[in-house]
Amino acid sequence: MDRTVLDLWVGVFVAAGIAALLVLALKVGNASTTFNMGDTYQVIAEFDNIGSLKVRAPVKSAGVVVGRVDNIQFDSKKFAARVTMRIDKRYQFPKDTSVSILTSGLLGEQYLGLEAGGDNAMLKDGDTLKITQSAVVLEKLIGQFLYNKAAEGGTK
Amino acid sequence: MPERVVNNLRGIGHQVINGIWRLGYASRFFLLTLLRSATSFRRFRLTVKEIYFTGVLSLIIISVSGLFVGMVLGLQGYETLQKYGSSEAVGTLVALSLTRELGPVVAALLFASRAGSAMTAEIGLMKATEQISAMEMMAVDPIARVIGPRFWGGVISMPLLAAMFSAVGVFGGYLITVVLIGVDEGAFWSQMQSAVDFRQDIVNGVIKSVVFGVAVTAIALFEGYDAPPTAEGVSGATTRTVVTSSLAILGLDFVLTAFMFKGA
Repeated sequence: MDRTVLDLWVGVFVAAGIAALLVLALKVGNASTTFNMGDTYQVIAEFDNIGSLKVRAPVKSAGVVVGRVDNIQFDSKKFAARVTMRIDKRYQFPKDTSVSILTSGLLGEQYLGLEAGGDNAMLKDGDTLKITQSAVVLEKLIGQFLYNKAAEGGTK
Repeated sequence: MPERVVNNLRGIGHQVINGIWRLGYASRFFLLTLLRSATSFRRFRLTVKEIYFTGVLSLIIISVSGLFVGMVLGLQGYETLQKYGSSEAVGTLVALSLTRELGPVVAALLFASRAGSAMTAEIGLMKATEQISAMEMMAVDPIARVIGPRFWGGVISMPLLAAMFSAVGVFGGYLITVVLIGVDEGAFWSQMQSAVDFRQDIVNGVIKSVVFGVAVTAIALFEGYDAPPTAEGVSGATTRTVVTSSLAILGLDFVLTAFMFKGA
């Protein structure tokens, strides 16, 4: 086979392969969204119970993704979960913003929901959010419900 | 009677020793290929030629099968997901199954039967017609000149083929579910993008396909090099290449998956 033709075909093949990888990364995968989350700042929140929240779960405010969960640790002094999140620098939140663990849909994955407060000062890198709401644990909810029912029955 | 038992035991022992000896020979052959692969890069033209034979000529079978696998995944996924009212998740299903498993594995199986068997037959015949011995006579190292470029050609082609398989497969799934059935296009892509992680899914798929590429080409080249120099020997070696590399792909896939996706 002629050298130039062979080179052409191999060149086309390699280019097509790399193009396929790029399509997978940008169109199918989330490389486009993870990589252009430009400058971020870190915020810490402590929860009694994080349910099944995972690292890389989205941080949303008003339904818009503003950041991602960076790290989850157990604080052995306070016996609480310490969740570190990275929020995009473009989005600034007041210092008294509250954070809760929410579930998308009935069986969906869990994410962090930020609700802006009214403070004039804004959150800085490394700040800790004071007002947190833990994940809803179904067993506790049912237990509470049954307990209330039993209490009602007792007073009658 | 004890004579027969002893003979049988001897047979088993012979088989085991033979197997271990072949395994050691194969590892030595593999190491030698790696050590003498400088030629494949210094004279890159040799490798380019092999990329043409193993990669470019496998393009059609890879893209056609990728398209059909994607379309079948789309159809089947839609059938099932529709029952739970979440037919938009079909994009996620197609993309995740292709990038994580089906892309690397099916592409590697096709690669083994399309390119691996051809490599074995070619080298086996070169050996049968004493071309390899002739090279040695001329002080040309056959491992550097014949085996090395084929090895690197296969290792370079395999991940590219697997990526193309996955990309074409996702397109096939899109064709069936969005264009034909009418699943919402925006939800199809956005759910897929939020579920498929670049590092976790796509990079792991590429790593898998590189590992499969190394395994398939190493097995094919060794079987060819080790084939008895007869017509029967070459045909047996070609069969063994396809069987062994298919088993190796599936076994390695399980091990890699167990390491990569620990249910995190």
